[in-house]
Amino acid sequence: MISNTEAPSFVFQGVKIIDTFAEAFPITGTRVIVTAVSKEWAFIAATTSTGYASSVIGCDTEAGIERELSPDETPDGRPGFSLLFFAFSREALQKAIVARVGQSILTCPTTACYNGVAIDPTRAIQIGGMLRFFGDGYQTSKLLDGKRYWRIPVMDGEFVCEDKFGTVKGVAGGNILILATTQAFALQAASRGVAAARKVPDVILPFPGGVVRSGSKVGSKYKKLKASTNEAYCPTLRAIAASQLDPNVSAVYEIVIDGFSREAVEAAMKNALHAACGEGVECISAGNYGGKLGPVHIRLSSLIS
Amino acid sequence: MIRLSYLSNTNVPLEAECITPDLFLGKSNADIAKLTVFDGNRKCELGQFFSISGTMDDDSILIENDCSNVKLIGSRMTRGKIEVLGNVGMHLGAGIKGGSILVRGSATDWVGAEMKGGTIEILGDAGHLIGAAYRGASVGMRGGNLIVHGSCGNEVGSHMRRGLIAIGKNVGDFVGMGMIAGTIITAGSVGIRAGAEMKRGTLVFLSEKPALLPTFRFSCNYNPSFLTIYFNKLKQFNFPLLTPTDTTWSRYCGDLISLGRGEILCKA
Repeated sequence: MISNTEAPSFVFQGVKIIDTFAEAFPITGTRVIVTAVSKEWAFIAATTSTGYASSVIGCDTEAGIERELSPDETPDGRPGFSLLFFAFSREALQKAIVARVGQSILTCPTTACYNGVAIDPTRAIQIGGMLRFFGDGYQTSKLLDGKRYWRIPVMDGEFVCEDKFGTVKGVAGGNILILATTQAFALQAASRGVAAARKVPDVILPFPGGVVRSGSKVGSKYKKLKASTNEAYCPTLRAIAASQLDPNVSAVYEIVIDGFSREAVEAAMKNALHAACGEGVECISAGNYGGKLGPVHIRLSSLIS
Repeated sequence: MIRLSYLSNTNVPLEAECITPDLFLGKSNADIAKLTVFDGNRKCELGQFFSISGTMDDDSILIENDCSNVKLIGSRMTRGKIEVLGNVGMHLGAGIKGGSILVRGSATDWVGAEMKGGTIEILGDAGHLIGAAYRGASVGMRGGNLIVHGSCGNEVGSHMRRGLIAIGKNVGDFVGMGMIAGTIITAGSVGIRAGAEMKRGTLVFLSEKPALLPTFRFSCNYNPSFLTIYFNKLKQFNFPLLTPTDTTWSRYCGDLISLGRGEILCKA
């Protein structure tokens, strides 16, 4: 293994950038617009429905909040949030969203749920059309301009959910690794990177706060595990494992990005990389598996221009 | 655009169901002039009643002058656009499946009867039985949008199955009678027996709550978020009925003499 000390690199804004690539892969995604009587309740629905959705390694979907929506941007004129969900297939995506909307949005006071992607009938998933059965025969629907909205009676009125949601073929697994001299510098850099990446439309950062501290490798010494800690990036193991870290690196954070297109993921990675460069950051790299995992390779050098 | 100027002043109704973009498409003006119309029970040619100019290059037809006696304009059309600069006669857009009709005057009875899609917009008034089922038929309007900025007569949306009817001013009696589904929104006063025998569907009354039939039962006051979707749709037509999203509505369920899954929403 070539360490980051020895790997080809270049300098950008005083920070060493490893000349490597982020290895991303195709994934199916959709956008869910959740609204409520107030921004606070919409946010509660948004956060609960996108919780426990950091990685498809262990979750049914990768999900996150794309951005806040003003009342004039939502179908029902109320405050809302746009959420992105990703899974490996349309079937898996539908199953995950039906469960999450059913448990975390339908249950949340005053909420409603709408599709946020253009619908291709051959690639649509059914959400409201599955959840309607909760109405036990009292559900009704409205069809306007080809869109069907299910109205499910609940205890504070009714839950409105669009019947079908469009899907797109997106890209998951865009990432950068921030290597810094202290944990504090690493976290500051990661936070700057997250804020910058979130300015890009059509992307989410599915991990807590947009930051990953537990970078993983494929497989484990334990046969049942699909992934395990990446010892090469753990500073505490530098003395006993093959390390990728320079001697003065004490903390590493990863920013993972999923998006509706390669272009969107690249733009978010670029924003994150540029913003992360700063005090205490020794090096920026990217996670990959030698090209064996995903067909989408985003080189860090392409993000510098 | 093909321009038709109505030249006749006969009192006998002229049945001109040939005036649709579907039938005009691919024809020369001379061929269009030969299309069949009925002057009463007399078979005639369109060119005897209209002067025809322009071309069908943009799939649209412009009709000039008072056509109050011309029936069935745009009936069963599936595409394109018809714009009428004056009044029109009965059965405007009956059975329309697609495209749009804009009337800058008023219309009379049976506008959009049994329509299946498309959009009909009337800037003036309309008559009775708009979007309704023909006598003996079980289902009226089955889709599309029917927008009347003025007032309408009786039995608006009778037995409608799907779609949106919006009335800018007053409606007569029996609005939504026998309604199977769909949505009717009215901004003005409402006559008696609204929603009689409706099975499902929604009647939205934006003005004072009318006297409802005793077979409608109050359910609750609440804020139905789906209404804003309809109001946003109606903004496209400059419809003067928009209410704040936090308006509270009273929901009445009925008609309990029928299936009882319909609803009347009035401002609380």
